[in-house]
Amino acid sequence: MTVLDMAQMRLREVNATLQAAAKARGNDGFEVINPRGSHAVAVGLDGPLSVTVRGSTGYYCAGMNKAATVTVAGSAGPGVAENMMSGMVVVEGDASQYAGATGRGGMLVVRGNAASRCGISMKGIDIVVQGNIGHMSAFMAQKGNLVVLGDAGDALGDSLYEARLFVRGCVASLGTDCVEKEMRAEHLDLLSGLLAKAGVDADPASFRRYGSARKLYHFDIDNAAAY
Amino acid sequence: MSERPKTLPRQSATFSAEVNAEIRRAAATGIYDIRGGGAKRRVPHFDDLLFLGASISRYPLEGYREACGTSVTLGGRHASRPIELAIPITIAGMSFGSLSGQAKEALGRGATLAGTSTTTGDGGMTEEERGHSERLVYQYLPSRYGMNPDDLRRADAIEIVVGQGAKPGGGGMLLGQKINERVAGMRDLPQGIDQRSACRHPDWTGPDDLEIKILELREVTGWEKPIYVKIGGARPYYDTALAVKAGADVVVLDGMQGGTAATQDVFIEHVGQPTLACIRPAVRALQELGLHREVQLVVSGGIRTGADVAKALALGADAVSIGTAALIALGDNDPKWEAEYQAMGTTAGAYDDWHEGRDPAGITTQDPALAARLDPVAAGRRLRNYLNVLTLECQTIARACGKSHVHNLEPEDLCALTVEAAAMAGVPLAGTDWIPGRGGY
Repeated sequence: MTVLDMAQMRLREVNATLQAAAKARGNDGFEVINPRGSHAVAVGLDGPLSVTVRGSTGYYCAGMNKAATVTVAGSAGPGVAENMMSGMVVVEGDASQYAGATGRGGMLVVRGNAASRCGISMKGIDIVVQGNIGHMSAFMAQKGNLVVLGDAGDALGDSLYEARLFVRGCVASLGTDCVEKEMRAEHLDLLSGLLAKAGVDADPASFRRYGSARKLYHFDIDNAAAY
Repeated sequence: MSERPKTLPRQSATFSAEVNAEIRRAAATGIYDIRGGGAKRRVPHFDDLLFLGASISRYPLEGYREACGTSVTLGGRHASRPIELAIPITIAGMSFGSLSGQAKEALGRGATLAGTSTTTGDGGMTEEERGHSERLVYQYLPSRYGMNPDDLRRADAIEIVVGQGAKPGGGGMLLGQKINERVAGMRDLPQGIDQRSACRHPDWTGPDDLEIKILELREVTGWEKPIYVKIGGARPYYDTALAVKAGADVVVLDGMQGGTAATQDVFIEHVGQPTLACIRPAVRALQELGLHREVQLVVSGGIRTGADVAKALALGADAVSIGTAALIALGDNDPKWEAEYQAMGTTAGAYDDWHEGRDPAGITTQDPALAARLDPVAAGRRLRNYLNVLTLECQTIARACGKSHVHNLEPEDLCALTVEAAAMAGVPLAGTDWIPGRGGY
């Protein structure tokens, strides 16, 4: 395990080291200490590297991740794992707004709560939040799965496309064109797999499923009041 | 018996035939008009400026003999690999999806032959475009359709799109008829549905966040790529200053004549400022920050001729960008398709229903049969020719003003034909030394 101390190293050195190691593959892993809320830590990794960040991070930690496993042993600022392509990002504390924004693959796990707009415009990522999520989460979410063990704030899934939302707690309100849907066996299987991958022990049958009513898929003047 | 004189029928200037037709269309359909292109209304523009040329106190350079440079370097402020262009004219961002694959290829071919850059658009980067573009700018848009770090790294520069001149504050809608399997796959959405392009970025808000977003993009790409920030002509002074403060290497400023693939006509015609009105405030912001020429300004929106290029540069731009004119050079709105335009109820030069995907020229379509009408090699050569003409025209004017590089053109080389243009461009009204708004009156 190689330790990178952000009290001693500049962000550029830290990221360049991690990016090179991810490209090279076959490293034992890295520990980043003293992040002190730095932005853009461990971004753009492209390879099966294991990185643990000891402390809390600022914006965009693990942004655009490919194949790497990044663990934040603390809380993460806005946009953690934004546009992630693959791999795994785990936040042991809470995540600020836009967690997993536009993510196209891989899995983001938040052990605590996630703030507003979690999974905004998600495009294939799987997000599992063990606590609650804030308002406008999964706004314009296109693809992938958002699993919430706690409660969801207002306007969940507003203008949703094909992403699937699973919530165990209460939903303050659903956004435009988001509706509750039947939880069929295939969804229970899917959810069971997602929970297992995230290392979460929960009964899939205790969740409710939400998805798009698909009424906004083609512009219709009769739907103008919905916007 | 003589007839009593009659009053001639008089059309209303306010309720013109065009206005009345739109009222009737709205009443029949209940929906606003959507179209492509930029503002069609007459606004103060480069036509309202003239170059003074040489005189006893300014002597010219010899045409066809003395050199007049046209090269420009974009992005040297922070990027380790700035873009070197042979000419100060670039191709603006236009998406694969709104344009056919052939059109995108032709843009790349033409730009490369002319020694300049082209730009992706909403929907991501295609292999054809990357393969045929020696210098390719990758647009980073609110929708993030097709966004991935590999394409960021394959790009020669990154353009963060905050707004565009046709619709500052607006997003977009690519209608289902243009969403074929390939376009849908690139955008992670089902085939055939209307695809909304968001009007604001999903993971940052405001200039402080933008600074952090730029940091992330630089960290992902190793601080190699120039980062452009594209703004619509809304508040050019403040937006330029904020983009520079956030760390932009290049500011792309798009006035209201700049085109779009599809937006409400009311938006295109009534939101944003004319290109001419935007340039001097943006230049002033750069000058006040001490970064004019260190941060480059690229101006777009209604550039058609080498004279337009020269005037934009004289007002302080480092380069210009063309979209609509490039499409016309490829073959858009060509009178040879007149019969088909007539069948759609329009005419060559006025066709703007680009969102419907029925373009006879094969440019703004995803219909394979229509798209096949455009030969990307021949269209690329036409674009190259056109870019060459713009450059030659710009050089001709610059030499006449005694400039050995087109960047040496300056506001003192210009006068204005109208009070409005004089005020916007900050140059004297022709025949006077009066610049409206300067000197207290």
